Amino acid sequence: MILYRYIAEALFYAFMILTFMGAFMAVRSQLLMHAVIGLAISLLGIAGLYFHLGSTFLAVMQVLIYVGAVCIMIAMGVMLGNTPRQLAEKNLKGRNLLLAIGSCTAVFLALFATLAQTRFAPAAERIGDMSIQFVGENLLLQYCLAFELISLILLTAIIGSIILARGGRDGAVK
Amino acid sequence: MIISDNLNTYLIIAALLLVIGLYGMIQHRSLIGMLISSEFVLNGAALNFMAFNTFTAPNPAVGQIYTLCIMALAAAEAAIAVSIIIVVYRRFHNEDPAIIQDMKY
Repeated sequence: MILYRYIAEALFYAFMILTFMGAFMAVRSQLLMHAVIGLAISLLGIAGLYFHLGSTFLAVMQVLIYVGAVCIMIAMGVMLGNTPRQLAEKNLKGRNLLLAIGSCTAVFLALFATLAQTRFAPAAERIGDMSIQFVGENLLLQYCLAFELISLILLTAIIGSIILARGGRDGAVK
Repeated sequence: MIISDNLNTYLIIAALLLVIGLYGMIQHRSLIGMLISSEFVLNGAALNFMAFNTFTAPNPAVGQIYTLCIMALAAAEAAIAVSIIIVVYRRFHNEDPAIIQDMKY
């Protein structure tokens, strides 16, 4: 029993390292296709973290939606436009580097200070469990509005992106 | 040391993801790079919701539903943003955000 726990802990560290390595690869790489690959790696690590948090459903959805759909779409975007190589090489030593590092450190320190001062108490009583059946019942009965909202937003996004990107290569809208 | 069943671990991971996304959004020189970085911000928020859902929420389905909502929003946002970037590239033949400033003046 204790061995399973250590294996799970080692997997947790592995997923954490995967997440951060992918994220650093995404923000520090010169070529955009490497950034997309880093994004996919990082999202796979986050799917593992969801698994550790007890939700198999969200882990599967993360792989399906993010790694499967969003990354492929961004890769298509990278291939359709092109970033010139000299612009890509300027990516690492931009003039915004000090600004970026300073603001990120400030935001992280503010969040960390807030986190260190706060004690989170667990709920007195919990109803239901993390199972996909309970999520489905809640999604279709009590939180039906969220479900409908998701479908409406996706429909709007599909129609909007088709309208935006139609027209030929010369940009003329037929 | 067992850290995988501690709420603060996940909150710090989520904060780090937010910060990495912010860093990428400031530092990247192309619109697609900024879009990729914004995905990290959204993922940090989703991980935060999921961590609170697992450790403190009275109803463990709400956080999962909210995280699913964030995923759908991110997919919609990526679709819209990619099509806007394609239109911008078609019109300006460039992806550098410093050049695209017709509406600035």
